[in-house]
Order: sequence, then C-alpha cells, then structure tokens
Amino acid sequence: MKDFVKLLRSSPWSARFGMAVIVFYVVIATFAPIISPYGETDIVGSEFEPWGEGFFLGTDNLGRDMFTRLVYGARNTIGIAFVTTCLAFLIGGFFGLMAATLGGWVDQALSRIVDVFMALPPLIFALLLLTILGTSIPILIVVIAVLDSTRVYRLARAVAMNIAVMDFVEVARLRGEGLMWIIRREVLPNSMPPLVAEFGLRFCFVFLFISALSFLGLGIQPPTADWGSMVRDNATLITYGDITPLLPAGAIALLTVGVNFVVDWFLHKTAGLRDDQ
Amino acid sequence: MTSNPSNGNKGEVLLEMRDLRIEGQSDEQWHEIVCGVDLTLRRGEVLGLIGESGAGKSTIGIAGMGFTRPGCRISGGTITFDGIELTSAPEETKRALRGARIAYVAQSAAASFNPAHKLIQQFAEAPVQHGVLNSSEASKNAIDLYRRLQLPDPETIGSRYPHQVSGGQLQRAMVAMAMACKPDLIVFDEPTTALDVTTQIEVLAAIKDVVHQFNTAAIYITHDLAVVAQLADRIMVLRYGNLIEEGETRAMLAEPKEDYTSQLLAVRSYQRDEMPPTQEDPPLLEVRGVSAGYGPLIKVLDDVSVKIERKRTVAVVGESGSGKSTLARAITGLLPPYEGSVLFKGQPLPPSYKNRTKDQLRQVQMIYQMPDVALNPKQKVRDVIGRPLGFYLGMDEAARERRMRDLLEMIELPADFADRLPGELSGGQKQRICIARALAAEPELIICDEVTSALDQLVAEEILKLLQRLQDELEVSYLFITHDLATVRAISDQIVVMLRGRVVQQGGKTQVLTPPHHEYTDLLLSSVPEMDPDWLDELLDKRAS
Repeated sequence: MKDFVKLLRSSPWSARFGMAVIVFYVVIATFAPIISPYGETDIVGSEFEPWGEGFFLGTDNLGRDMFTRLVYGARNTIGIAFVTTCLAFLIGGFFGLMAATLGGWVDQALSRIVDVFMALPPLIFALLLLTILGTSIPILIVVIAVLDSTRVYRLARAVAMNIAVMDFVEVARLRGEGLMWIIRREVLPNSMPPLVAEFGLRFCFVFLFISALSFLGLGIQPPTADWGSMVRDNATLITYGDITPLLPAGAIALLTVGVNFVVDWFLHKTAGLRDDQ
Repeated sequence: MTSNPSNGNKGEVLLEMRDLRIEGQSDEQWHEIVCGVDLTLRRGEVLGLIGESGAGKSTIGIAGMGFTRPGCRISGGTITFDGIELTSAPEETKRALRGARIAYVAQSAAASFNPAHKLIQQFAEAPVQHGVLNSSEASKNAIDLYRRLQLPDPETIGSRYPHQVSGGQLQRAMVAMAMACKPDLIVFDEPTTALDVTTQIEVLAAIKDVVHQFNTAAIYITHDLAVVAQLADRIMVLRYGNLIEEGETRAMLAEPKEDYTSQLLAVRSYQRDEMPPTQEDPPLLEVRGVSAGYGPLIKVLDDVSVKIERKRTVAVVGESGSGKSTLARAITGLLPPYEGSVLFKGQPLPPSYKNRTKDQLRQVQMIYQMPDVALNPKQKVRDVIGRPLGFYLGMDEAARERRMRDLLEMIELPADFADRLPGELSGGQKQRICIARALAAEPELIICDEVTSALDQLVAEEILKLLQRLQDELEVSYLFITHDLATVRAISDQIVVMLRGRVVQQGGKTQVLTPPHHEYTDLLLSSVPEMDPDWLDELLDKRAS
C-alpha cells in the first residue's frame, strides 16, 4: 500500500490525469441512478429540445433526457467493454501461454486457427456472426471476446515463448510439474507486465468496437443507453450545427485517452526505462 | 618495439585521475561506487585494473573516456587526458576524442558489433567520421591490422558479417576496430572473459602484440589476475570502489602487500585429493554409448560412455561446442538420445523426462550456470526451496518450513533469507539457493553445469568448497561440467575430456593431469593462464617451435 502511494507520487501529470479520468468514469457508472435526474428510458420531453432548464443537455430524438442517457451509457458501454476484455484475456491468455509452454503441434494447431480468425476483417466477421446469432448482450460479449482473444493470444504466446525457455521453467519441467502449475506459477507471473499494458489498450479497442457496432445497429440494442448508438440516433442534429451528438463521442475519446496515458506510464515503469533516455 | 612518433615519448603522463568520485543511482538515492581513486597512466604503459564485480573497475575504465553509464554521475575529482580536463569539457570535445584518440573494447564483441553490417564497414566508420582516413585508406589499414592480429584471410575477412566469424576472431576484429585511428589509449573491458581458454590465448597474444607495436597506452580491466599478469606493466587492485593496492606487476605478484591481493593470488590453489574409484557394480549412473543431437542432421554427442560412482565427482571438460552441456541434457532426459542408454543403479531410465517417474526425476537434480535465470524472479526463496519438499517428499507446511531452515543453514545463509526474492540476492547467494533447491529433493546425483563460471573467483571458490562439504556430509555424486581447469583440479575425482562430441580421454584426476596426455588435453591444460608474467611469451615460443 505504501509502495502504491509512493508510486502515485512519482507518476507524471499525464498518468495522473488518466487515472483521474478513469476514477471519474467509474464513479459515474457506479452511481448512475443517483446522478441522473430521470430514468434511463423515460420519455420526459419533446424531441430534440435544446440545452437549458430541465434538460441540462437537451433531449434526444425520442424526447429522452440526453444527460441521463450519457450517464447510463457510461455504465452500459464501459461495463460491457470491461467484461468482454476480461473474457478475451482469459481465452487468449490461457491458450497463448499454453501454446508457448507446450510448443510442438499444440502450438502449431492453435496458432493456425488463430491465423484463420485474424485473416478475416474483425468488423465484417463480427457483423456476420451477430446477424446469424442475434444481438443479445451475452452473445455480443462472447463474439467480441472471441475475436479479440486472437490478438491477446499472439501477444501472450510471444511473451511466454521467451519465458518458457528460461532455466527456471526447465527446472520445473524436470521436477515433473504439470502444465497448469508451470503456466500459473512460472510463466504467468513473469509475463504480467506486457499483458496488463495490453489489457488497457485492448479495453479501448473493445470499447470503440462496441460503439462502432452500436452505431451500425448491431451492438447494444435500444432502448438501452449506449454511446455508440446515441451518436447515430442524434446524428441529424449535426446538420443544424448542434454539437450534442458529439458529446457521447467526446466521452469515448476522453476515456480512451485517459486509459492510454495510464497504460503508457505503466509500460514505461515496467520496462525499466529511465526518464533521462 | 617500434616507436611511433605521433604517440610521443614513453614516460609522459597521458591520463591522470585525481580523487575521482562517481555516484550511481538506485532507488532514487545516490551511492558512491568509486570512492576517491587516483590513477596515473603514462604513454605506452598497460595498466591492469582488477577486482570482483562491483569493485568499480569498469566504471573507472569508462570514466577514462570522460563518460559514465546512464544513471551514474561524476561527483568529484578530475580526469585529465593529455592536458584536457574531461570532467568539465563540453560534449563536442569529448566526442572528438572518443574513437579517435581513446578507444574502447567491450567484453562481448558479439553484442558490440552491428549484425547488419560487414566487419570492414564498421571498421571504417570511426576513422572516416573523424576525418583521419578516407574509406579506401581505411580498408587498407584494416587489412594490415587484421594481418597483425593474425586473423585468417586478412584480405577477405572484412567482407564477412559478424555472425560469420568465431567468437575469438570477432574479439580480435573488435581490437582492430579500436586500433583503427591509432589511438593513444585503449580501454579493454574484460575482452577475454567470455572466451574459451584456448581462444583466450589467441586474443591475449594479439592484444599484447599490437599494443606494443603501436606503443599504445591501455587500461586492461579483468577479474582474472593471471590474465592481467601477462599484459600489464602495473596493476591496481580495487574493491568496493576503493584502491586496495597498486604496484608493478612482478613486484605485486611476488610480494602482495594486502591480504585481499594475496587472496586473489591464492584463488586457484584450492585443491582436494582424488578419491579412489569405488569399483561398485552397478555404478550410480552409467551413460552407455549415447549419441544425441538436435534434429536428424546435427549430431552433438557421438558414442559417449561415462560412469559416475557414489560419492564421487566426475568432471567433464572441453571448450564450448564440445557437447558437454548436451551430455547433461541427455542424462536428464531433456534431449532423448538417438542411440545408447542411461542407466541409474543398473536400471535403464526412460529416454525422455516426460516418461520418468517422480522418484526417477528426484534422484537426478541439476544446478545451472546462470543463477539469474535459473530462479523464478517472482518466487520467494521459501517457495523455491519449499516446492521440491512438498512435491517429492509430500511434506506439510510446518515440516517444509523446518526443512527449509535446515537447508538454508546447510548452504550458510541466514534464515531470514526465506522471505527474499531472487532480485534481492547477490550472484553467489543465488547460486547457493539453487544448490539448496537441488538438495531439497534429496537426490543421489547432482549435475552442475558450469556452476561457477558466472561468479567472481573468490565467490566461486566458496561455492566449490560448499559443494565439497555437502558431498562429504550427504554422500551425493556430482557430474561437474566446466571449461575451467582450475575448477576441475579443485574438485574432481574422475575427468572426462570431450572434443566435438566425443570423449578423447577419461580417467582418474592424477592420471589425466599428469603427462603424457592426449594432444587435446595438453592444449587445454597448457592454455590455462598462470600467474607468472612470462607465461604467455614462453608458451607462445614453445608452441611456435
């Protein structure tokens, strides 16, 4: 704990800014019902009302309060992106570490399967799968997680390959340790820093991916509030010079920047780079 | 000796350091790593800097170029090179000196060359950059130097890439590169440490030769007193950033003033008497006609047979590439042999470790060359030693803790080391932990793969003595893989000499080490540097005749 405080003290302003942004978003997402003045899907006014009294940021195309939708959107979009990223790391990380540790035909088989998945453009592939399987939230999470786990697999495998050839892993093999023990106790702890950094980046990508899917109509379905679909629903307002539809986009951009600041700093720290170089 | 007019007269002071202090940063605090050292180097003189790791010898050597490693700073004192004060000189002045008038030869030539460029291109870079020579002159110069350094095919070797020449040749090419601008001073930072004894001779002879021919002053940094004795006119012994003793080479070797210097001098003298073979049948471990290699084409071991008896030490010697480590991999089952078998107490072991039982695995343990990579950096000493105790012997937590404390005591480390991570230990301590991990399995045979070669000499000697004591107490056998004949002399009962995957000689220690021996054994034995400053010259004369 003390180390953590010390670490925070030594962090640069960019990382502090990033952390502040993340904390702000988490607080908003957690306390959404308290912060927002109306219910998530309540129609409280007429369509496209301007900013002002009653409606802090105006209303959307169905007369729902924009501010309320933004707050709930944080909860839905971030929550789903977080769960999806975790799932992608569980799948990709496990198979990547396994392929590197076992090597041989297991590695070949897994890697070729992943190559096939990666050969298809992810957005098109996701659209295809979602059209076939439907667009419920669990399916959305699984489809994106599986597609993204291929990227995690490649990284985890590359990192673990360097560790799996170390003498201490050989010692464990010669001791007769099982695969799970070697992965969990010898390889995983030493592959953590790049994986954690990748988690931050991957989270942003997933987040943007969900928003993109929502914008195309195959992501999070109405009436659930979501930043991607909010941009699409209110896109017509841009024609009238109103920046309201850009607010959800701005919220996405701000979080992405914040997360990346923190990830950069973390990478810098764990890579042992010095500030003077 | 030819005198070079541009280098001035011998005897004139070239480099002078006064009360030099250098600090290094760790955990955001500055620690002094060189604590007020005075150094004087005259033109044409070779000065040996000697000490263990952490003595500050490399830091001082680099400071001779007015440079410090990242994270270090010069906090006091002066460095004067030929009248130029380097500590306060602007970067451009220093840059004009480096490469042209001061050159540096690093420990690992392989890491210092750019693998994407040919040797001669890299040779020409410094003289062309400094405007000393144009590129065609540089090529001529390179060929001349390659010839002087006795590189094979001096006309064409420059057009090879670094990976196309051997380690010893690359190190000589590096020396040639340092000589390119005919510098006044060359700093050699452990240039032969990574080489085999047989290759080390070539490089030492080459360095000695060109340094004298060009009347270049040199700082030669090493941890091996016998090596520096061949080259240096004067030696400075350093420890923890302080100067312990300074003197003319011959005078110091004949009569060291400080205890520490005497210890360094005595380091190769530890020796144990040979124990007679037990003649037991079957022996503890027998390697019978093993051939092994990587893939179907590269045969590294060719019909190797070795016997290891209980409570005895068998040393396997040979230069790199002789297959000695592969032998260890064949015994442990990491590399299943094509032919032949490994028998443990007369019972054949399954070729691959994957098919061996837990008990078979437990009986043969291994200790590695690099304790840094043989320990998981994320595991505490308690877990490292505790795991084999629980895994093989099924001990519960309390029993593990007790046994771990016993083991720590056995390897002469305090009990509170249990909570440390490998990063918080020194090289010698890490190697001790590796020994404890091997002992925890209660094995009957321990394979030691170059266990002392990554350690300082004094530390290495302590490890050897520890292994010896443990053998007496626990009756384990060792298979000791090494290229260092001093280690072999110190610890072995039986010696196996290997060359290109074959056993060329084997037998009792005294038998192998007393002449007449096999031609290759003779080459190995005669290549081990001795403290005598005339040893290299005499050896080269003998070999030439």
